[in-house]
Amino acid sequence: MSRRGFLGVAAAGLAGAVLAPGIQLIEIAQAASAGGPASAGASAKVRWGMLIDTTKCAEGCTDCVTACNTENGLAPATRSTDPQWIRKIEIKEIKTGRTASLPVMCQHCADPPCVDVCPTGASFKRADGIVLVDRHSCIGCRYCMMACPYKARSFVHEPLTEQKRDVPRGKGCVESCTLCVHRLDQGDKTTACAEACSQAGHGAIVFGDLNDPASEISLRLRAATSTQLRADLRLDPGVRYQGL
Amino acid sequence: MAPALHPLDQRLFYPLVAAGGLVALAGLGGAYLMEEHGHVITGMDNQVVWGLPHVFAIFMIVAASGVLNVASIGSVFGHAVYKRRAPLSGLLCLALLAGGLMVLMLDLGRPERVIVAATHYNLSSVFAWNVFLYSGMFAIVAVYLWTMFERRFNHHAKAVGLAALIWRFMLTTGTGLIFGFLVARQAYQSAVLAPLFIVLSFGWGLAVFMIAQSALLAWNRQPLDEAVRRRMARLLGVFVAAALYLVAVYHLTNLYFARQGEFEAFILRDGGVFPLLFWFGFVGLGSLLPLGLLFHPRLSSPRGVLAAAAGVVLGAFAFLYVFIIGGQVFPLEIFPGHQVRSSFGDGAIGRYVPSWPELLLGLGGVGTAFVLTIVGVRVLDFLPRDDMPTGPAAKAG
Repeated sequence: MSRRGFLGVAAAGLAGAVLAPGIQLIEIAQAASAGGPASAGASAKVRWGMLIDTTKCAEGCTDCVTACNTENGLAPATRSTDPQWIRKIEIKEIKTGRTASLPVMCQHCADPPCVDVCPTGASFKRADGIVLVDRHSCIGCRYCMMACPYKARSFVHEPLTEQKRDVPRGKGCVESCTLCVHRLDQGDKTTACAEACSQAGHGAIVFGDLNDPASEISLRLRAATSTQLRADLRLDPGVRYQGL
Repeated sequence: MAPALHPLDQRLFYPLVAAGGLVALAGLGGAYLMEEHGHVITGMDNQVVWGLPHVFAIFMIVAASGVLNVASIGSVFGHAVYKRRAPLSGLLCLALLAGGLMVLMLDLGRPERVIVAATHYNLSSVFAWNVFLYSGMFAIVAVYLWTMFERRFNHHAKAVGLAALIWRFMLTTGTGLIFGFLVARQAYQSAVLAPLFIVLSFGWGLAVFMIAQSALLAWNRQPLDEAVRRRMARLLGVFVAAALYLVAVYHLTNLYFARQGEFEAFILRDGGVFPLLFWFGFVGLGSLLPLGLLFHPRLSSPRGVLAAAAGVVLGAFAFLYVFIIGGQVFPLEIFPGHQVRSSFGDGAIGRYVPSWPELLLGLGGVGTAFVLTIVGVRVLDFLPRDDMPTGPAAKAG
C-alpha cells in the first residue's frame, strides 16, 4: 500500500472508531426521551428560595444536614471526597469575635456561574429558579465546581449503592442541593432541611416562593435586613441570610 | 518527495515507538483505574477538583499552540530557517494537542460521554468554545501541513499559516480564559491570564520544539546548524523574559489589591510547597537559569541551550502546579474578615497529594504525543534539513 493510501485508510478507520459509539448513544438517548412521560414543567411565576435566620441556628446543630442526607440518600460525610449538599459553617469575625453558625448549600443564583461555564448545558436553571445538574449530560469535567463561589457542589468520587428512587445520582457526575425538587414536583411545599429545622423547634430555615408577595419568606425579607453571600458578585442568590 | 525524504532511522524507529507506546499504555492503565474506582483513588477531592492530569494537559495544549510559532515565523513572516522547520512544528502541534486532549478527556468523571461534549454545546461556556477551538486547530494544522507537502497547494501555505496563527491566538486566549473567567477564585479572575498564557505558550512551545529537534536530529545523525541553534536560543530567551514579566505583572496586581493579600502571601511565601515551586521551579529553574544559559556568551553551548529548553519545560510544570493546584487549595473567601470552619474544609488550606494513576495518565499523554511524533517523522518528510534547502517544506509559503 502506498503511503498516501495508508494515511487515507488510517484516517477513515480512526474517524469510524471515534464516531460509531457516539451515533449509537444518540440513538439510544432519542429512543428514551420519546418514550418518557410528559411533564408539566416548572413555572416561571415561582422563584423558590430560602431565608436562613442565623440568630436561630444553633452552633453544633446539624439537623438540616442529617435530614438532607436521609432525604437524598447521602452517606454522612467523613472524608473530603464525600459529597455534602448542605454543611454547617461556624464563623467568627476576626475584629470583634462575634460568632455565628449557619448552613450553606447551593444558593440557587439567578445568574449562576455554574450554568454559564458548563460546556454541555448539564448545569441548568429551571424556570422556577432551581439550579440543577442533568445527570445524563454531565461529563464530570468539574468546571462548575471551579466556578461556584460557595463551594456548593460535590463530585461523586466513587461508585454509589442504595440510591433513593427519586434522587438518582451517579459516579463521575457533579451534584448539589436540588431544593428537594422531587418533593416540590410532587406538590410538597417545603424541603427536608427546612422541615427538620422546624420540627426541631429552631425555625431557622424558611422556604418559599420569593415571587409571591404574601409568602412567609417574602414577608420576612420585607420586614428585616437580609444578606446575600458574596453579594459583590451580584449573582442574585435565592438563599438569603439574616443576622450575619 | 522522494529525493528530500529523510525519515527517522528504522533501527531506532521501533524501539522508540515501543518505549513511547509503553508509556502511553501505562497512561491508559491509570485512566482505567480512575474509571473503575472513581476519582477517589486520585489526590483530588471536593476542594482540589483539578489535579495533576490538568497540569499535564494544560501544559501540552498551551505548548501545542506555541510550538506552531516556528511554522508561523516561517510561513507568515518568511524566514527560510523557520520555513524548513514548519512541518515538524505542525506535527508537534498536532501530537501535543492530541496528547493533552487525551489526558483531559480521560480525567473526566464520565469519559465515555465525551460524545455528549461533542454534540451538546452551551455557548456561554468558555469550555465549550475550547471544544471548537481544539477541533478547529486540528483541522487547520492538518490543512496547513497538507499545503506544505502537496506541491500543487504550496502557494496556499502562507494564507493557511496566517489562519493557523490567528486560530492559535484564539485557542490560547481560550485556555487562559478558562481560568480568567472564574470570578469566584482568588487565584484566577484576571484578564491578564489570556495574554499571559499566549506568551507562556511561545516559550513552552519553542522549548519543546528545540528539545524534539535536537533529539530527532541526533537520533538520525543529522547535524543542527549552529547559526540556527543560536537564533532559536535568542528567541527562546526573549520569550522566557516576556513570560517572566507578565507573571510579575499578574502577582504585582494581586499584591496591590488588599483583598488578594492573603492569597499572594500564601502562594509566594507561606504556602509550603507552592512558594518553593514558584521561586525555585518557575523563577529559578524555569526562567533565570535558562536566561543565563541562553544569553551568556560562554554558557550558550549546544548542551547549554538544550539544558535551558529543558529548564523552561520543568519550570512550566512548576508554574502550572502552583497556578492550578495552589489556586485551588487556597480556600474560597465566602465570609471576608471571618475565621471559618466546617466539615467541608471551609476556611482551611486544602490538601493535595497526586496519586500514581494521575501521574501515569499525565505521562501517558506525553507518551502518546511522542509516539505520534515518531510515527510522523518516520512516514512523512518532517525532519528539518538545513543542508538541503530545496525540499518541499522549504518551498512552502
